Amino acid sequence: MIETPLLSVTSLHKSFAGRASLVGLLQGKPARRLTALDDVSLTLGRNEVLGIVGESGSGKSTIARCITRLEKPDRGEITFAGQDVWQARGAKLRGIRKDLQMIYQDPYGALNPRMSIGRAIAEPALVHGLIGKDGARALAYELLDRVGLPRSVAELTPRALSGGQRQRVAIARALALKPRVIIADEAVSALDASVQAQILNLFGELMRDLSLSMIFISHQLSVIAHLADRVAVMYLGRIVETGATADVFARPRHPYTAALLKAHPHLEARRSQTPALAGEIPSAYAIPEGCRFNTRCRYAETRCRLSDPPAAAFAHGHEAWCHVLPDLETHTDI
Amino acid sequence: MQTASSPAPLLAARGLSVGLVNRHGAFLATKRVSLAVDRGQSLGLLGESGCGKSITLRALLGLVPHPGEIVGGSVTWKGRDWRSLSKSEIRRIRGKDIAMIFQDPASCLNPVFTIGDQVTETLRLKLSLKAKAARELARDLLDQVGIPAPEERLRLYPHQLSGGMRQRVMIAMAIATEPDLLLADEPTTALDVTIQDQILTLLAGLKERNRMAMILVSHDVGVVAQNCDLIAVMYAGHIVEWGPTYDVLRTPRHPYTRGLLAAIPRLEVSGGRRPLQTIAGAPPTPGELPEGCPFRLRCSSARAECATIPVTLDHKPPGHGSACPIVT
Repeated sequence: MIETPLLSVTSLHKSFAGRASLVGLLQGKPARRLTALDDVSLTLGRNEVLGIVGESGSGKSTIARCITRLEKPDRGEITFAGQDVWQARGAKLRGIRKDLQMIYQDPYGALNPRMSIGRAIAEPALVHGLIGKDGARALAYELLDRVGLPRSVAELTPRALSGGQRQRVAIARALALKPRVIIADEAVSALDASVQAQILNLFGELMRDLSLSMIFISHQLSVIAHLADRVAVMYLGRIVETGATADVFARPRHPYTAALLKAHPHLEARRSQTPALAGEIPSAYAIPEGCRFNTRCRYAETRCRLSDPPAAAFAHGHEAWCHVLPDLETHTDI
Repeated sequence: MQTASSPAPLLAARGLSVGLVNRHGAFLATKRVSLAVDRGQSLGLLGESGCGKSITLRALLGLVPHPGEIVGGSVTWKGRDWRSLSKSEIRRIRGKDIAMIFQDPASCLNPVFTIGDQVTETLRLKLSLKAKAARELARDLLDQVGIPAPEERLRLYPHQLSGGMRQRVMIAMAIATEPDLLLADEPTTALDVTIQDQILTLLAGLKERNRMAMILVSHDVGVVAQNCDLIAVMYAGHIVEWGPTYDVLRTPRHPYTRGLLAAIPRLEVSGGRRPLQTIAGAPPTPGELPEGCPFRLRCSSARAECATIPVTLDHKPPGHGSACPIVT
């Protein structure tokens, strides 16, 4: 890609202090540190959906929180439209905050239970001075139309709405600032299947109509397959494979990606006799030496326990971080 | 449902209606639910939140939370009506013949006792074992459900185990009595996909080895598709479709099942974010069921008569049946 990406994350590191044990404190041992992100780099192009997939504790939400300045990274750089997100001050910072909007899993937790929906939607735009008080109602109506809710919803409080309707409200409020990037963290995970499809279609419409870019974080591979142009697969604080979603899902090169695809409950196939992956994700307090996946990897060799694998590059920007790069099951018609 | 000559199914419910009470008053959580499961068979109860699948599972054990109660229909265990059993027989069946596991194993384990204390207590009560024998069996059971280093795990407290390991402990306790039937209520919903895969593989193996029957409640079509011989699709308290898994998934007959299957994104990358088919609206809140067919307000094939028709499966188990007389 010659075009500079809209958003780029370079060598991001983030760790959190763990709770120290009393005995440890008395012995003068430092508190353990949990590694959430370890040298993560990614880019987001204009009008592109980047999917981030991984299991709990893989660090996918921490990336979102570092980009939106909710967590300060230990090291690394986040650049949005040429601006360093963490260096920006004043008007530039306000501009970045307006342009990067987040949507969470639980819209009920994200909405003030006492505030009318109309006010909740218009408030960010009021705060940012994009509209005056008299413009609030018109903006709320416009956005309710946009997300497919009746205008009468503006007078209600969140309690009166279903989960799917609340998520539409959260999306409307994120759109109020005319953002350039939406970061959705498990935004459809709590919804019933029939409602989830409606919200996925809404995201599709928004991408088509509003020249948005989106980072879509999910543990559901099928949701990523549906929405994302490119995907980054994370394991224990690091990206292990990335590329166009079609390439990565049809021809995974990292054993972890292949295992995730195999473990996904398919409608058509009967389950196999053995699980796709043995063992559990190791503690983020004690990340394995070498390749962090080696403790669960059936292809692991000596070198996998000794050194971090380098990136192996394939066609169309498809990369995998694996020493062995074994022949894996391909999924031409998953 | 059964001809006179064939033996009674292991567990059967006929016309089961469960009444519950919420802050708005009494309502029917399930309406005339009929199902049956036989030895070695697995049945998936599939549905969205609030459709009555979990309460159905509890009603099968006679465990409807007070002040709710079973207001109609019957449950039979090996051909005997639940109501005709004595209290001690019911206790024995619930404790030994039928076991149950839940979505959240952490809330089923006592945080201040070790895993060993809790597993051995169960074994001593259910199997009248002495302490030493119970400890040995506990270690064997943990080993059977794939917990590495079981001896050490017995000394740990629940919070020291991962969610997947806690669910394995629950399964170990559930299978201790070699039950005929395992009821599993969203057993893997809180787990990561690779751990879900491990737990479901474990359950499939146990079912195979022990000829255990299983009723699996899930909202996830994929989970039910991969693990169940039969599917019962529930919507708003009714079973709207029933049949062998393969038939229901290949040739769904009820408009709700068809809509649900079309709404699920698939793993094959379609490109261009081609819109998914959707079902308009949202599932009704329990207690606000419309008259007639509960799906008619969201159904594209609905007609005037749907407001008055009674909802009953046109074909009784074990065949493939749909509760919709309009779409065939």
